[in-house]
Amino acid sequence: MYETIYHRASSVDEAAALFAKGEEPKYLAGGHTLIPVMKQRLASPSDVIDLGKIKELIGVEATADALTIKAATPHSDVAQSSAAQKAIPAIAFLASLIGDPAVRHRGTIGGSLANNDPAADYPAAVLALGATIKTNKRTIAADDFFQGLFATALEDGEIITAVSFPIPAKAGYAKFPHPASRFALTGVFVAKTKSGDVRVAATGASQSGVMRVGPIETALKANWSASALDNVQIPSAGLLSDIHGSADYRANLIKVMAQRAVTAAG
Amino acid sequence: MSTVKLTVNGKAVSVDVEDRTLLVHLLRENLNLTGTHVGCDTSQCGACIVHIDGRAVKSCTVLAGQAAGSNVTTIEGIAKGDELHPMQAAFRDNHGLQCGYCTPGMIMSAIDIVNRFGGQLDEATVRHELEGNICRCTGYHNIVKAVLDAAGRMKVAQAAE
Repeated sequence: MYETIYHRASSVDEAAALFAKGEEPKYLAGGHTLIPVMKQRLASPSDVIDLGKIKELIGVEATADALTIKAATPHSDVAQSSAAQKAIPAIAFLASLIGDPAVRHRGTIGGSLANNDPAADYPAAVLALGATIKTNKRTIAADDFFQGLFATALEDGEIITAVSFPIPAKAGYAKFPHPASRFALTGVFVAKTKSGDVRVAATGASQSGVMRVGPIETALKANWSASALDNVQIPSAGLLSDIHGSADYRANLIKVMAQRAVTAAG
Repeated sequence: MSTVKLTVNGKAVSVDVEDRTLLVHLLRENLNLTGTHVGCDTSQCGACIVHIDGRAVKSCTVLAGQAAGSNVTTIEGIAKGDELHPMQAAFRDNHGLQCGYCTPGMIMSAIDIVNRFGGQLDEATVRHELEGNICRCTGYHNIVKAVLDAAGRMKVAQAAE
């Protein structure tokens, strides 16, 4: 790892001020992407600004309409949160599938979204549920937030403070994990809003990161059942193709994971 | 360089390290606590697992500064004098190790698992929860047996306290 200067921020404002002063600063949340990347010398921030101990960034809250997860809340807290389990059990379930227990003790939702790894789990839930990403400057709709591989609408120095998920009528998540990394080879989040709209998002599948899956949304809107997807064809154009699975294989995985997610959603 | 103050195995320590120092290196090189191992160095194998404030974490993926002010427990801090922790005793009794390289991480993970699940553990849960610990000798069967055995012993020990 190249040399760096570590700062621990005690508030969001302090973190933003430290960032403004740094030469090539980076925010650090759980560190389970940034630190490995720094160890590989693929990133060499001059300053690392730790957001992990900022109290205002930790916690899970639910109202009748929305589940709000503050940005530095570790995955293990979300998985075990009774508020999350009650409001949107699919989110607690998704959090319980990320990495392994020790990774879940450190990794955070804000870090996952800011990094926007094309195989991360949370982006699927955020996009399918039409969540709102709150930052220290503004709120960003999920539809505007994800902008391709590792790219987001966040400006330089902007900090995600919380994510607010509207509570759906039904939601489910299923993922086919890569057996070594536990990232999604393909994961699908299905959601039916209280007004009857259906949104489906797949992660791990597309060359451009998390994506909506139109053919599945149309089929589920007509008939919310796993069998409604039996004859749906997912085009393989634009899907990832690598040593772990061809584009055709991933196209089929999208359908199969969507079926499992619908079954889980009930 | 920064001075990092933390509590390790119940003792307050203060260590001067470069800001890029990983917790595992602070433990091994500055404090000579070499029971915590570096295996893969890529957050996958779990040989470096320690507890920070009671939670199992991979110390190869935590900066020393991130642990400042925390309570860190390593494999060296779980026995009571000559009396092994019930998890250590169960690993010995069940032949839960072969080469032993993964064992400190396995034991620290396993204690965390038992703490989180209490008496609710079964074999499938233990295997699932040990996903972040890799045994290159592939001796998982006896590791799982040891964790289940220790879960019972820890419950009895806690009940007695």
